[in-house]
Amino acid sequence: MNKLKIRHRLAKDKLMLWSICLLAALTAVPLLAILGEVLLRGYDQLSWSFFTEPTPTAYKVTKAIEAGEPIPGGIANGIVGTMIMLGMAVMVAVPLGILCGAFLAENGKNRFAQFVSYLTDLLQGTPSVIIGIITYIWVVVPMKGYSAIAGSVALCIMMLPLIIRSTEETLKILPASLKEAGLALGGNNARVMMKVQLPAAFGGIFTGVLLAVSRVIGETAPLMFTALGCSFVRFAVDKPISAVPLLIWEFFNDPNLQELIWGASLFLLLFVLTLNLLSKYLAKKWNQ
Amino acid sequence: MESVKPILEFKNTCVSYTKQTMAVKYVSAAIERNTITAIMGPSGCGKSTLLRAVNLMHNLYPNIRVDGEILLNGENILAMEPIDVRRRVGMVFQRPAPFPTMSIYDNVLSGFVLNGIKLSKAEKDATVERCLRSVALWDEVKDVLNKKGTFLSGGQQQRLCIARALAMKPDVLLMDEPTSALDPIATKHIEELLLELQKGVTILIVTHNMGQARRISSKSMFMYLGELVEYGDTETMFTNPIDERTKSYLTGKMG
Ligand SMILES: Nc1ncnc2c1ncn2[C@@H]1O[C@H](COP(=O)(O)OP(=O)(O)O)[C@@H](O)[C@H]1O
Ligand SMILES: [Mg+2]
Repeated sequence: MNKLKIRHRLAKDKLMLWSICLLAALTAVPLLAILGEVLLRGYDQLSWSFFTEPTPTAYKVTKAIEAGEPIPGGIANGIVGTMIMLGMAVMVAVPLGILCGAFLAENGKNRFAQFVSYLTDLLQGTPSVIIGIITYIWVVVPMKGYSAIAGSVALCIMMLPLIIRSTEETLKILPASLKEAGLALGGNNARVMMKVQLPAAFGGIFTGVLLAVSRVIGETAPLMFTALGCSFVRFAVDKPISAVPLLIWEFFNDPNLQELIWGASLFLLLFVLTLNLLSKYLAKKWNQ
Repeated sequence: MESVKPILEFKNTCVSYTKQTMAVKYVSAAIERNTITAIMGPSGCGKSTLLRAVNLMHNLYPNIRVDGEILLNGENILAMEPIDVRRRVGMVFQRPAPFPTMSIYDNVLSGFVLNGIKLSKAEKDATVERCLRSVALWDEVKDVLNKKGTFLSGGQQQRLCIARALAMKPDVLLMDEPTSALDPIATKHIEELLLELQKGVTILIVTHNMGQARRISSKSMFMYLGELVEYGDTETMFTNPIDERTKSYLTGKMG
């Protein structure tokens, strides 16, 4: 009778395991389906000129269609715009986020810190379209025009909470002995943070930054209110500028350009995947 | 001999982690300059707590209360700026903890960096060599100074931590069971080192190891349940302890 019970329990165990595996497989299906679809449709659009040429003009497109040739042009303007805005956003968000995260990690129980921590959560949960419209009011209106600067402000605001949190969490799991050893040598809090704690937390913070970048690189809504878009490669930061996700939206709205959607999507997807894998790999490496 | 002014003096020092209980109760003792004083006692009796009061480590945690006085050269530490105290009172922890992101070279100099003191390249080189020689580590690491400190063996790491503390030329060196994580050979090296170092610095060392206390210290404290039960010459304490509790601890009848 006892044996029977055990066998019964083992069977239940097995059933459990199988159903968990099945569910896990089910969640993987949409992911793989997305990847497969984008890959299949976008694969033959990827060519060298796709990355080096800007969006084709309407004239060129019509000519190509008349001649029965494939649509010329590419997404160079979007790639350049995305890189410029990301670069500016990272330059501001990283130091600011680290500073804020360090403050939260050190003063967690303080009232003001709890308030800031709450704001961080709030910011993280704010829909990106709202961040876009706010940035429009704050930056585009005073500057009297759409610009790369405005776009990078929106991206920066979106990255901040992620960097703050990853900095805070990484600092919190460092052994207390590290900080104590620094302070025991006579260092003040700021120097111990700069010279001992932050360097030791570098891996986690860097991973957080990568994840923040991969999180905002595909943002479209906030850029519609701020960067607007631009059909040629441009390096000016005070003028409207393009971005890869903006291009996907534009291609979708232009019946003549729909062929280009999938190449751009594939590029974006691969970029994000690479960043994610890289951050996972680095996190693993640094945790050893 | 008695006329020598103590370098460090506890006067009714109390430490409490919570409102209800005291982890260190009314400890009074005067520590002589350039001696090694061992703090012994069963686990949880407040040895680390007492030691950490001296370099104001308890200040980091707002709930911990330290009362009474601790005098360093006659000046009450508890009323001083923590940074000033910690420059004059070095500490070596139980687990060797070189800064993991710094090279051996930078670890030795970390005290200067953390205090915002700029040194010339020549001064740096000289300090690194002097400090590593004083902990008998120079010959072993002089060719790998740019490697991370964490590549060294446990005993080497602990000597590096001692060098790092000595670089700041402290008056007092606090050591909390510095050899408990080390093997017997590394332990022996550190003990020999401490006997050498006491010529230049006053050492207060917490140890679980009675043999160690006897080998290196001239004075010993025995603590029990937060109280300083007995304090005196190490040899006297081992051969002729006054208090029953000391006797039963030293004879191994107590944890
Ligand atoms: N951070 C802390 N919070 C609360 N109680 C503590 C803390 N650290 C130590 N104690 C308590 O204080 C007493 C003395 O601890 P400690 O000084 O670490 O002992 P020892 O070093 O002699 O083993 C113990 O009862 C311990 O439980
Ligand atoms: Mg202890």
